[in-house]
Amino acid sequence: MANAYTPGLKVTGASRIQKRRRLPILGEVLVNLGDVLTPEMPVAKAMIPGNPQTINISNALSCEAEDIELYMVKKQGDPVKKGEPIAVQKSFISAIFGDRFASKCESPVDGVLEHVSAVTGQAIVREPAMPIQVMAYINGTVSEILDREGVVIETSGAFIQGIFGVGGERDGILKVVVDSGEEILTAEKIDASCEGKIIIGGSLMTGPAIRKAHEVGARGIVAGGVIDKDLVEYLGFDIGVAVTGHENIPITLIVTEGFGNIPMAHKTYDLLKSLDGMHASINGATQIRAGVMRPEIIVPDDSVVVQEGAVNDGEMEAGTLIRCIREPYFGQLAEVVDLPPELRVVETGARVRIMNIKLRNTGEVVTVPRANVELIEE
Amino acid sequence: MATEVKREPITREINSIIATDCGSTTTKAILIEKVDGVYRLINRGESPTTVEAPFEDVTAGVRNAVHELEELVGRSFLGPNGVVTPTQPDGSGVDIYLSTSSAGGGLQMMVAGVVKSMTAESAQRAALGAGAIVMDVISIDDGRKPHEKIERIRHLRPDMILVSGGIDGGTISHVVELGELISAAEPKPRLGIGFQLPIIFAGNRDARKFMLDILAKKVDLRVVDNLRPVLEMENLGPAREEIHNLFMEHVMAQAPGYNKLMQWTEVPIMPTPGAVGKIMQTAAIESKMNLIGVDIGGATTDVFSVFGDDHEYFNRTVSANLGMSYSICNVLLETGVANIMRWVPFDIEEADLRNRIRNKMIRPTTIPQTLQELVIEQACAREALRLSFIHHKSLATGLKGVQKQRDISEAFDQSGSGDTIIDLMNLGMIVGSGGVLSHAPRRQQSALMMLDSFQLEGFTELTVDSIFMTPQLGVLSEVHPRAAAEVFHRDCLIHLGTAIVPVGSAPKEGDPCITVTAKMPNGETLEKVIPFGSIAVIPLSEDEYADVDCRLAPQFDLGNGKGRNVHRDKVRGGVAGGIIIDARGRRPFLLPEDKPNRIRKLTEWFVSLDIYPMDILAKYMNQGNG
Repeated sequence: MANAYTPGLKVTGASRIQKRRRLPILGEVLVNLGDVLTPEMPVAKAMIPGNPQTINISNALSCEAEDIELYMVKKQGDPVKKGEPIAVQKSFISAIFGDRFASKCESPVDGVLEHVSAVTGQAIVREPAMPIQVMAYINGTVSEILDREGVVIETSGAFIQGIFGVGGERDGILKVVVDSGEEILTAEKIDASCEGKIIIGGSLMTGPAIRKAHEVGARGIVAGGVIDKDLVEYLGFDIGVAVTGHENIPITLIVTEGFGNIPMAHKTYDLLKSLDGMHASINGATQIRAGVMRPEIIVPDDSVVVQEGAVNDGEMEAGTLIRCIREPYFGQLAEVVDLPPELRVVETGARVRIMNIKLRNTGEVVTVPRANVELIEE
Repeated sequence: MATEVKREPITREINSIIATDCGSTTTKAILIEKVDGVYRLINRGESPTTVEAPFEDVTAGVRNAVHELEELVGRSFLGPNGVVTPTQPDGSGVDIYLSTSSAGGGLQMMVAGVVKSMTAESAQRAALGAGAIVMDVISIDDGRKPHEKIERIRHLRPDMILVSGGIDGGTISHVVELGELISAAEPKPRLGIGFQLPIIFAGNRDARKFMLDILAKKVDLRVVDNLRPVLEMENLGPAREEIHNLFMEHVMAQAPGYNKLMQWTEVPIMPTPGAVGKIMQTAAIESKMNLIGVDIGGATTDVFSVFGDDHEYFNRTVSANLGMSYSICNVLLETGVANIMRWVPFDIEEADLRNRIRNKMIRPTTIPQTLQELVIEQACAREALRLSFIHHKSLATGLKGVQKQRDISEAFDQSGSGDTIIDLMNLGMIVGSGGVLSHAPRRQQSALMMLDSFQLEGFTELTVDSIFMTPQLGVLSEVHPRAAAEVFHRDCLIHLGTAIVPVGSAPKEGDPCITVTAKMPNGETLEKVIPFGSIAVIPLSEDEYADVDCRLAPQFDLGNGKGRNVHRDKVRGGVAGGIIIDARGRRPFLLPEDKPNRIRKLTEWFVSLDIYPMDILAKYMNQGNG
């Protein structure tokens, strides 16, 4: 195997961070190279064509499709107002009693008459174009302009990836409300002072804690784990596939370890604790498919010194600290004892590449498949 | 202008081949060489796919996978410009290099037609057969309002749209209405900001000029022959060919590094599922059997079927959200906890089960270490396969909307009914693929998973793809059919055994069902009496065959009618035990609903087929009951 390791998630206090901010369609870039940005500043905008409304004129006038052009009072390209007639069919009665007795087809919206079809008997009125904007999302400096598409924003600071999240991009001040990564985040630890804050919990965000954070107006919660049932209850729906970030919720939830009550890794907790009170940008978007996307916590800080090339390449050796990410030792921290090269048979009967590890909490040496651990940097 | 995709048989001498499949997660390379006049798999290499950041160049992953091959066989295949072809005087390189790809989400399409169950369904079959994931099917009669359809088209951003509608000389106005919906939506492609979305029109030829008027300025419109020129016939070839052209021209050209990879390959890159479908068709024709293939991946489950006297009915479906990692929670969502737990012979708290399944979703590369986890994972797989097969049967149907009065002898067997063409009693072989089937610790587990989830009937050869190399063999079969066939049969397919499954039910467990008398290769005769509700095995290795006589109880059918005996020559054995006689009943299948009886029966079946190490399984069963 070219890679017999599972690289851990990135948890670093000093990193150069680049965020690509792109429009979904071509538009206009609003900032210049070198501009210093804050999260709420727009960096690019575009006009999305307005919603089209189809109008069945031949039905409305009870005529053949090919005849509708006889009755059109507006031409393709004409602006139209809501309620304004776009086709009128005069009759004998209307000739005597006036146009109010004529059959009419009116525009349902303000817009432009875009298309009239003598084949289908339909017309399309397009509503005015809608502006969309892309915000900066993080504090940083514009380092690259992507012509008509957006920008790249660069900053230095802490970068922490979670394993799973829900909810989109938000920013706020970090507020640590637990004393260790092992402590459970309960509703009692959350009060009005958490309004607008990103709450840092310990091993588990409980269901009541999520609801309390929601009530007080917190922007986000970061904790080691969450119980699946609590998450589903809060969201109001079950998550089928691992694509998140678009949930309609006012708070972004990020778990750093997984589902269940799992202590937050010391390195992650200690780093977040050291950042208590600082401004952060968070995004719960997770996608586990082509191009894995994990939720993130970005805490810009110009004062950090970024060491280039300090990225761990994921290689493991005796003594490397790892976390088990599958039963029967799920969530436990351990040290690598050795990495036998040959395949070994595990309980299932499968022959796999394994490693022997020493569990931190008991000192017991056990064997696990290499695929079932991830690196912990401490 | 379109670059036409042509994969024509190669006539020059080919002695060595490298083929890669660039999957969403991993890139797999295989080396095939001629050994003693026969093409054989020599070795395989694997490496993470590098389409995404930080690499954003698919060729990096291909190089890594091929480099692993180099290390394994001690020869050089790579040069500065990719895989070296042809073989050099110093022995480096290979005679031909080819590749398939499903990286970056594969080929994602929308299809549209006038009538949901007719032209729209034909368009869906065309797209699926070409290897696409169909994101949505738009039709005039799909129940959605025009603005909802427009909103959907705008929102999805597919790689391309296939529009059908109307038989030649038929409706124009409804086809034009589809064109107007698409025009109003102004759809944009998934890849390549600023590019026009490719749209293939394969509908009523009389509507072409109208479609050109409406769409030509807004999208990249291609016109091909009508895929349903008359109600009684589908003509999917031209549409599928154009899909492959556009796949190369747009999707591949926009994906990172593919322009380079396309220059490395002499043969155009093929979408992975299209290639798998190709080899399934070839296998069905060569073995003269009706065939079902299934590939259960992390995100999706593809099902292929080839039926008919001339193997003329090829169907592929992709269940986009049924898989074993990325989509495993959707399996749970769609089937429910109870349906998963019915295959599990021990108790587990629902909250615990749900957390475990979620953790598999977010850490997809982990593997079961405990038997408890393996049993749960295989239970999820049974349900994913079962649901995918239901989906497949619903789409693998005869042409709908066809008058039944016409001369059946000159039309399709499936004519007019719209019923599924999947006839399990006439299925000859099933090919399982994907990690959970190909890499099950015991081959019997794969056999039982397929029996349970597909509810097979009659005589069926059970096989699995040894290392998931069907994609590479699929593209190879287009340019070198002999090499593909030889490797497929010798190195790819693993024969698990032949299942014999009588259809029917008895009043109670233990009632008479079937007696099988097998004339074994050593000349001995072996008889097995299998009562209703049981499974039994006649030991027979992979390359051995036995002639069997099956005597049936009156209410059971093995293809000749209820209670009628069946003789079959040359029934093949396999690595999962041999001939597997499944007398658990079909329509309905006997799986007791009350827990103690269900667990008793599951345990009995596991023991009969030696599915799991029972001493270890007992540990979890006792935990659960305690």
